[in-house]
Amino acid sequence: MATATVPTPTRSADPPRRRGLTVAKKRQYRAAYLFVLPFFVIFLAMIIVPLAYAGYLSFFRRQLIGGVSFVGFENYAKALTDASFLSSVARMAGFLVVQVPVMLGLSLFFALALDSGMTRLSKIIRLGIFVPYAVPSVVAALMWGYLYGPDFGPFAQVAGLLGLPAPPFLTSTGMFFSIINVVNWEFIGYNMIIIYAALRSIPPELYEAGRVDGASEKRIAWSIKIPHVRPALVLTVIFSVIGTFQLFNEPNLLRTVAPTVIGNAYTPNLYAYSLAFVNQDVNYAAAIAFLLGIVIMALSYAVQLWNQRKENRS
Amino acid sequence: MTATATPTTTPLADPPRRPARRGEEPRRRTSLLLTVVMVACLLYFLFPLYWLVVASTKSNADLFSTFGLWFADLNLLDNLRSVFTFQDGVFARWALNSVIYSVTSAVGATVLATAAGYAFAKYDFPGGKALFSVILGAVMVPTTALALPTYLLFARAELTDTYWAIILPSLVSPFGVYLMRVYAADAVDASMLEAARVDGAGELRIFVTVAFRLLVPGAVTVLLFSLVATWNNYFLPLIMLNSPDKFPLPVGLAQWQSTAAAGSGSQALFSTVITGSLVSVIPLVVAFLVLQRFWQTGLAAGGVKA
Repeated sequence: MATATVPTPTRSADPPRRRGLTVAKKRQYRAAYLFVLPFFVIFLAMIIVPLAYAGYLSFFRRQLIGGVSFVGFENYAKALTDASFLSSVARMAGFLVVQVPVMLGLSLFFALALDSGMTRLSKIIRLGIFVPYAVPSVVAALMWGYLYGPDFGPFAQVAGLLGLPAPPFLTSTGMFFSIINVVNWEFIGYNMIIIYAALRSIPPELYEAGRVDGASEKRIAWSIKIPHVRPALVLTVIFSVIGTFQLFNEPNLLRTVAPTVIGNAYTPNLYAYSLAFVNQDVNYAAAIAFLLGIVIMALSYAVQLWNQRKENRS
Repeated sequence: MTATATPTTTPLADPPRRPARRGEEPRRRTSLLLTVVMVACLLYFLFPLYWLVVASTKSNADLFSTFGLWFADLNLLDNLRSVFTFQDGVFARWALNSVIYSVTSAVGATVLATAAGYAFAKYDFPGGKALFSVILGAVMVPTTALALPTYLLFARAELTDTYWAIILPSLVSPFGVYLMRVYAADAVDASMLEAARVDGAGELRIFVTVAFRLLVPGAVTVLLFSLVATWNNYFLPLIMLNSPDKFPLPVGLAQWQSTAAAGSGSQALFSTVITGSLVSVIPLVVAFLVLQRFWQTGLAAGGVKA
């Protein structure tokens, strides 16, 4: 059992060494494989197999006449010229550029403010900012949808009292920013906590000296604290990239209050969903999902590469 | 305030490296401006929840006719009654389903991730590094890209529209394995394992009786975050499930919401949707507040070495 899971590269180098292994070492290896095995079985079944299956499906097409046939990269070629798909990806790229810096900038600011010890009520503030993370995104989108709405949303009510028109939260231009607001509300606290946890683990000696010398908190934050939490920041950037391109829940819920604004290709994921379950075109949907995965992996990899280069330079 | 507040949050995080750091500097100047800014931001984050509480106490008519940010006639009990009786009390069923899905998945995911993370951290076994990097790479695989092929595979195995359709995919937490590996590397001392081995304890026994206790704060973090992920999951159950009696809360609430928004003849539904939302939010908020000591420590470990 244990040897079966050893990947090929090490196997060739194994026999000469293995003879020298003590019985105790062998027993430890066997234990290690047993500890990893349950996770790995589920990992294979729930991640690797579906991934491979999506790749496989994406090379076929179901036709009215002739059934399913192999079409090579045709689904991908179709996706790359599909205006609906491309505009949804472009919208998410815009979302990434606008939303992620605002979210992570605020998360970092809050984390630094709480860590500086210059804020009163810091414990309550920390928990209060984090609490939205525990709210299901369906409920978050639902609440904000009502708040934005013209029927009994407080913003429209206040505007009405002042004799102003209702604010354009749910119009085609407003919606982009309305969704950004919902996502920010949900995830600023989560990212803040990750950064804050990293800040708390910086040994204080590193900046106590600077404080004694009269360096300002701003200066300490910029030149000592931020460089030290860069690994945590990279983590939050990667998670945000992944989250953005998977956006589904918020637009799908806000759609119920603004059906004309959010079409079935507002985000790539909404598009893949409607292809698979409304149009029943699973092959094309698989190609879209696969392309989306590639975009996300490429961006995450670029973030890591950029980080490594910066790390080497410093 | 800050001096007393912060030490309680990190009591379990490697004490030797961090001597009560904030406790020794009680005279740090607080800034009024910063406090005001932060409290203003806090109000933004609490504002929708405040609105949710206020709106839950209103009848459907009052929702439309009274100001949204203040109370009208208290109608909370009637609203709760309608939440739990509408459509033959299906809401209670959804709540139960949510509990089943999230507790089973979270406990399973935590056990799997803890055992695997511990093995990666404490055993230098052939192929371990390669396996770990494959798992780490999977952190970047978008779960929604997986949901569609998983659905098709499950449809072939006739697993769609069953509890397994939600639980099985939720058992894998690559990030949990990563977090537990980082945590175990610090929390479990190698010499302690050696000592147990000299005493003749088997590896499994060492894990259960010696290592696991030290891994608890990390494991609680993984547990809590898997709990949230499954409790709040919408996309997977949306595509996997057809029968309303198998829905978890988010899918059920979303369905009520679209019925309410569609309008016709169901005008009384808004207050029901809103009160149901409030009920579905409460368990996790309470869990996070009660367990905050643990998850903040566990996250600290993950953040440092990320």
